[in-house]
Amino acid sequence: MSKVIKVDCLARVEGEGNLFVELSDGRVSRVEVGIFEAPRFFEAFLRGRKYYEVPDITARICGICPIAYIMSSSRALEKILGAEVPEEVRKLRRIVYLGEWIESHVLHILMLHAPDFLGYESVLSMARDYPDIVRKGMKLKGWGNQVISVVGGRSVHPVSCRVGGFHRIIRRDELLPLLKGLGQARDYARELLEWVLKLPMPDLKRDMELVSLRGVGEYPILEGRVVSNKGLNVPEDVFENILVVEQAKYSTSLRYALKDRGHYVVGPLARYNNNYDLLDPEVRGVVESYGYGAPLHNSFQSIIARAAEVYHAVLELEELISNYREPQQPYVEGVVRRGVGAAITEAPRGMLYHRYEINERGYVINANIIPPTSQNLASIEEDLLALSDKLATLNLEEAQWLAEQTIRNYDPCISCATHFLKIRYVTHPKP
Amino acid sequence: MRKLKVAVYKFSSCDGCQLQFLNLEDELLQLSDLIEFALFYEARRFVGSGPYDVAFVEGSISTPHEVELIKKVREESKVLVAIGACATSGGIQALRNWADAEEYKRYVYPRPEWVEVLKYAEPPSKYVKVDYEIRGCPVSKDQLLSFVLQLLKGKTPPTLPVDSVCVECKRRGNVCVLVAKGIPCLGPVTMGGCGALCPSYGRGCYGCYGPMVDPKPDALNARFKELNIKPKEIQLLFKQFTNWSKEFRKVVEEYE
Repeated sequence: MSKVIKVDCLARVEGEGNLFVELSDGRVSRVEVGIFEAPRFFEAFLRGRKYYEVPDITARICGICPIAYIMSSSRALEKILGAEVPEEVRKLRRIVYLGEWIESHVLHILMLHAPDFLGYESVLSMARDYPDIVRKGMKLKGWGNQVISVVGGRSVHPVSCRVGGFHRIIRRDELLPLLKGLGQARDYARELLEWVLKLPMPDLKRDMELVSLRGVGEYPILEGRVVSNKGLNVPEDVFENILVVEQAKYSTSLRYALKDRGHYVVGPLARYNNNYDLLDPEVRGVVESYGYGAPLHNSFQSIIARAAEVYHAVLELEELISNYREPQQPYVEGVVRRGVGAAITEAPRGMLYHRYEINERGYVINANIIPPTSQNLASIEEDLLALSDKLATLNLEEAQWLAEQTIRNYDPCISCATHFLKIRYVTHPKP
Repeated sequence: MRKLKVAVYKFSSCDGCQLQFLNLEDELLQLSDLIEFALFYEARRFVGSGPYDVAFVEGSISTPHEVELIKKVREESKVLVAIGACATSGGIQALRNWADAEEYKRYVYPRPEWVEVLKYAEPPSKYVKVDYEIRGCPVSKDQLLSFVLQLLKGKTPPTLPVDSVCVECKRRGNVCVLVAKGIPCLGPVTMGGCGALCPSYGRGCYGCYGPMVDPKPDALNARFKELNIKPKEIQLLFKQFTNWSKEFRKVVEEYE
């Protein structure tokens, strides 16, 4: 006897994907997370562009995490130009990036993911029964967007960032008004974390290698060494060399594995586990008062890591904004010369790797971008396999929902992943 | 009052424009009393079948599958609104229209033969009748909201700004980045709606709202040449987020 779970268009994910799970004799026999976003060829058309155009162009890979694309590309190019960004500029980058974490995480926690835990089809229906937390979450997300807008001009595809820093100095008097909404944001972020800590949590234990940047003296966002819970520890420059690009027999999508180590997971869960000591003690206190801590090994608990990061982000923003000092120059130029540079920053969904090669006139001649969702694809499927027994016992509708929720644990951004994932149309097999 | 039945579709794009609906935050909850998001994959599991009163379409049409889908969307929707640079001009991915698609496939994909794309990434208007366009990369959420409210009030056609970015910039009292600092700026030829965002942040406009009505780029380019901006760099200015719009395309071709 076999049953087939088929979702033609995955909902509440960013971009267009589908899911195919086949169960026979009480076991999952086939899992395919397919992508049918159209390819957009970013790496190809970046060739021949001027280096200074790259951040704004790559931002368009994803409307939900444009700052991540701007920052990974800017840092990679600054390495080539030898442009060392002063501390004030680095802090301002952290401010705008934390704003994006809040905006993206709250969007996912409340609007895309939490409805699964409570059995609602969307936040719009959840809002009828949970009006208070939804309203507060929306305010919090709005505050994150406001942080991005003040620094960047607008929250989707902000305009102020550039290679070397910012186009103009962002004044202290522009940033300080954000503190007016801070008290509320802090309360709401704490309430959201507590609300998430009380959600019913499906069970899923699986041995995973969790990979993230490791912060030095601060929770990692803009830089750091690449580490894992299983002893990986390498600089960002060699990360690409330790990757294997894989292609599974049943799927045409590319996916990544670590050489001699296997599949891995990036994202909030990895960051949280690898940097728990660097989270604000106040955040850890709340998490621990609900009986959680670190490490978390269940992908469903990624929602806890996300909520913890939101609270941490609000607390850190209070400090960064209060102590903000305007830089003397909005940006540093560097020297246009031939070279290659690679950089990783922590996008809301996990490590985002960019590598560029430019010529002596500053034109891009090669580009490679590895977004978080493509690194996670293999693990998403492995999670579904690990849920095999449970999926087999549930009725079709419940099984489908659980499978979808499992995918949404990764906050998959298919718009990001797609530019080098294969399109695949699932054919309808006979049940 | 019967709720307006709305569908939100995504084609080749970054999600940023439909995200603006979710970025309405508080207003989104209020709006959902007046309109029903019958189909909105990014936000809902539930899918209500057509016909729809209004379809908002993000993204450009770049695969054979998308051609079929946009035709279906048109059939099922009374009003079709193209939102954002991709849906109104082809967007950033239209950059591939200037190159050899086969070479692009080989550069990005190990198995290029599996990638099925059209020769050009084009706006939906290439394939179906589009009733309204809201510009921008991304669309402004205020414009989106004002458009929806006008539709709800039955005002046809809904109105959007038609001034250039340059006019908006003057109104805002900015010092001109082109005149004062010699920074190349597309403000004089670009449709407004952003409130002159880029010049307000000390940089030139990069044309993400696309060409204004009757833009006259020649005069602007003459000024660029006086500033010793190289022809290749002038071309790149027009060859950005709205490169496949009729007026900017003409400039790119001229400098090819």
